[in-house]
Amino acid sequence: MKISYYPGCTLKTKAKELDKYARLSAEALGVTMEEIKDWQCCGAVYPTARDEIATKLSAVRALDYAKNNGGKLLTLCSACHNVIKRVNADMKEDENIRFKANNYLALETPYAGETEVIHYLEMLRDVVGFDEIEKKVKKPIGKKIGAYYGCLLLRPGKVMAFDDPENPSIIEDFIKAIGGEAVKYPFRNECCGAYVSLKNEDLPKSRSAAIIKSARDHGAEMLTTACPLCLYNLQKNGGMPVVYFTELLAEALGVKE
Amino acid sequence: MNKQDILDNIKLLSGTDVKKCMKCGKCSGRCPAYKEMDVKPHQFVNYLAEGKLDKLMESKAFWYCLSCMACVERCPRGVAPQGVIEAVRSTFVRMQDNNGVKAEDIPPIVDETVPQQLLVSAYRKYNK
Repeated sequence: MKISYYPGCTLKTKAKELDKYARLSAEALGVTMEEIKDWQCCGAVYPTARDEIATKLSAVRALDYAKNNGGKLLTLCSACHNVIKRVNADMKEDENIRFKANNYLALETPYAGETEVIHYLEMLRDVVGFDEIEKKVKKPIGKKIGAYYGCLLLRPGKVMAFDDPENPSIIEDFIKAIGGEAVKYPFRNECCGAYVSLKNEDLPKSRSAAIIKSARDHGAEMLTTACPLCLYNLQKNGGMPVVYFTELLAEALGVKE
Repeated sequence: MNKQDILDNIKLLSGTDVKKCMKCGKCSGRCPAYKEMDVKPHQFVNYLAEGKLDKLMESKAFWYCLSCMACVERCPRGVAPQGVIEAVRSTFVRMQDNNGVKAEDIPPIVDETVPQQLLVSAYRKYNK
């Protein structure tokens, strides 16, 4: 099957592995990711001030393209997923934002949140199935791995509807499917410090160190994540290997180059 | 705009009803940036409800909010403290010369490992 795919700016630059191993693994699982045309940066953070319109338009353009190309939009970067999914909810539910965004874009048919936004992990769980992945594993990972969710995939829970925001299990289930041992630890859905390093360097340091300590205390030897910024903060401030979940998947499926 | 208009606009931008707050403090209790904040998340909500514009605008804390949504997720009353903090920051940043990040400050702190996501996020949050 084919699915429209939104890569995002970081996956074309500093997080090429996240993208590359996702594509290789998807092919091995029978899914072709078709990069959408002329996509623009999503803005990386969802603007919560209720009068923001212009900062949401790039997401709406991508959503409208996907609406006319299969009806689903696959995301991979946690930040892109958060922005695009929340903007989609606005276009569906907020008349004021929908009206103004459509006035500006002047699409042939106004966009009203019709596209289904799915994250790569949701695709693995709901479209491919973790059972199917387990059957296709050639090299079980065999390591004690802590799932690091961070914030963007889970919150706000009502909009993201990704998993239980306080007790998620999708990445642990993924780790088990590829033959790893999933280590649960309390800080797996706590913030790494995000973008604040431009204002305060100590905050990402202390937050990331607390996450790594929590994972280590519970027996993890490495962490896996879907977010380039989390990976950066954790690697810089942690002292534990952190890899993209798609790299583990490609390794397990025997397609890692 | 007079003081009341500015407060009303902050309420509008916040997208939340601060009167629903029951002052349990759970938002501040789970805030990962609590220690760095001079005004805490529950105080943002409280000051807005009480119309204390000066307290909100003089705060430095809105630079440290990570938009991690822990406060929004965990509020038992469905209030969004992050929405209030972002509304105050937006109100401040949208005034002339109030950008939080200056371009000339970026090169010394950027190395080849810094992801685009960090810079785009920070510019979106701190500048207009």
